[in-house]
Amino acid sequence: MARSAQPSHNLNRYRRKIALRVLAAVFGGYALANVVAIILSFLLPMSTSNAVMTSLLLSFAIYTAAVLWVFSVKSVHKAWLGLVVPSVVLGALAALIKLMEMAG
Amino acid sequence: MKAGFRQSMAWVHTWGGLLVGWVLFFMFLTGTLGYFDTEIDRWMKPELPVAHASLADTVLAAQQRLEQQAPVAERWFISPPTNRDAPNLRIFWQMLPAEEGGRGKRGNEILDSQTALPVTARASGGGQTLYQMHYALHYLPINFAYWLVGICSMFMLVAIITGIIIHKKIFKDFFTFRPRKGQRSWLDMHNVLSVVALPFHIMITYSGLIFFAFTYMPLIVASSYGLGEDGERAFFDELFAEEHKLDRANIPAPMASLTEMVRIAEKTWGEGQLRYLDISHPNDAHARVAIGSQLNSPLRASGKLVFDGVSGKLLANQAPTTSVPRAVRDTLLGLHEGLFAGPILRWLYFFSGLLGTAMIATGMILWTVKRSPQQLKQANGPDFGFRLVESLNLGTIVGLPIGIAVYFWANRLLPITMETRAAWEVHTLFLAWLAAMLYPLMLSKVRAKTASTQTRLNFTAWIHESWAAAAAFALLPVINALTTDRHLLNSLPAGDWVFAGFDLTVLAVGLLFAYLALKLQARVQKHSRLAEFANRSTRFAATEEVMP
Repeated sequence: MARSAQPSHNLNRYRRKIALRVLAAVFGGYALANVVAIILSFLLPMSTSNAVMTSLLLSFAIYTAAVLWVFSVKSVHKAWLGLVVPSVVLGALAALIKLMEMAG
Repeated sequence: MKAGFRQSMAWVHTWGGLLVGWVLFFMFLTGTLGYFDTEIDRWMKPELPVAHASLADTVLAAQQRLEQQAPVAERWFISPPTNRDAPNLRIFWQMLPAEEGGRGKRGNEILDSQTALPVTARASGGGQTLYQMHYALHYLPINFAYWLVGICSMFMLVAIITGIIIHKKIFKDFFTFRPRKGQRSWLDMHNVLSVVALPFHIMITYSGLIFFAFTYMPLIVASSYGLGEDGERAFFDELFAEEHKLDRANIPAPMASLTEMVRIAEKTWGEGQLRYLDISHPNDAHARVAIGSQLNSPLRASGKLVFDGVSGKLLANQAPTTSVPRAVRDTLLGLHEGLFAGPILRWLYFFSGLLGTAMIATGMILWTVKRSPQQLKQANGPDFGFRLVESLNLGTIVGLPIGIAVYFWANRLLPITMETRAAWEVHTLFLAWLAAMLYPLMLSKVRAKTASTQTRLNFTAWIHESWAAAAAFALLPVINALTTDRHLLNSLPAGDWVFAGFDLTVLAVGLLFAYLALKLQARVQKHSRLAEFANRSTRFAATEEVMP
């Protein structure tokens, strides 16, 4: 890290960006992994317990992929958007499926 | 975030790996010892008798003791000495719950299968305590420990995947080792250690997460089965459904002969293929006896014969697993634990685990080697962070092994009658480890101003601790000889491979540390000769200048 050459406000900005990205990877990635796994457990064509077990098995791979993606994109904004938007959309979809199940 | 994809991944690999490296080293080393947990147990309780009663007598002895200890119970469990991880007859029971919905008291004992009485041995944490530390750590609230271990495992998984990504020439690098090239050699070593056991590293990390998947990902279960313990129980009941299980009748009834059921099980699977007897509602009209088979494959689930406990009638012959997702889970867990492994595969597991441990160690050393030229050039010495990483590296990479050796010493030297004996074995491990952590810091307290003295002190600490580890391990067979009669002179001729294997292994580890210490000493001597030479030539140059 060539940080000694940078003025201190640049260093702080760098640290803030790293912190935001780490937070996105840890918490955003966890949220996305859960939401994707939950949708999967609803949609997989097998019995409930088997679908839930399968989703559990896959959830850590999804989490890992999300973490790698967060660190590979150009900007922190894009990283956050890329996690929050699908999490919210899929979360809403999961809630809808659950509501329909309960109604019918 | 960095210039390119690979650079970003390298950043994640370096800093993510460094952050949790020391915990991962602890998990990998104690987990690796777990592949010989039973053997370590036996070494640490040398007075335990070797079981040699017939299976029928063994089961009768177990039943007799269970009738005494828990005649009215919810469950009995008998684990006869029919495999490596059960060297002695062990019984377990759970009493009826005192109140509705509660959980009954549990107990367990190791029995002498001839007398049906509990065997007495010294109190010791044994190999089990060492092995349990790799997922439950120690001194910490259990759920906190599970989460900490889970977070570190996720870091490990990310570090493995990013490591593969940044590694362009996986095949070529596998055959590349450039010794005595400083940073380059450390990188080569890190690469070789990582690649040679890569499937093991991926398997062990991913399956480790699966062990606690229900803890780490509770929402996935809750979304279908509801929140909290009730939801979890509903899921388990469905996934691990047990047929032919009944609620308690509350009508006393005498049990049918267990030995007859054992005979049928041996006829079905072959001799020695019986792993356990699981008896629900013993001495009740609804008693059920499930007999489980040995684990002969990575699938960590037994085939089961289910008997009516009162009539003795065989009700079902159940396959080990009922669904594909469950089989995948059980196989991952089975691969992780390696209970099915025979001696050769077990050693392979052990060495793979050591490779993983060494991979982590070289990665952390690489971090310091890469930064040391620049750090040592700094006018007021290396940064605090750099010195911290250096100290933690030595304190853990050599310090934890010292702690483990001291744990074995404590097992032989603490008074047998000491009440908190087992706990103090573990305390000595952590105290020795702590001392090894503090030692380099203490040395650099007397810290000199120049970078070269700093390096020398650091090397001195490595050399001292390596000699300490060498002595701690290599003298263990001697301590064993002074405190028991199952030492190498007896165990080798008798073919007592558990004791001979343990003593020879620690001896080899001790020699390895001695080799490391000698290597480091040779390097320091070479460096100081070079420095002296450089010194003399500058002085020579200086005298030349003043000459007219």
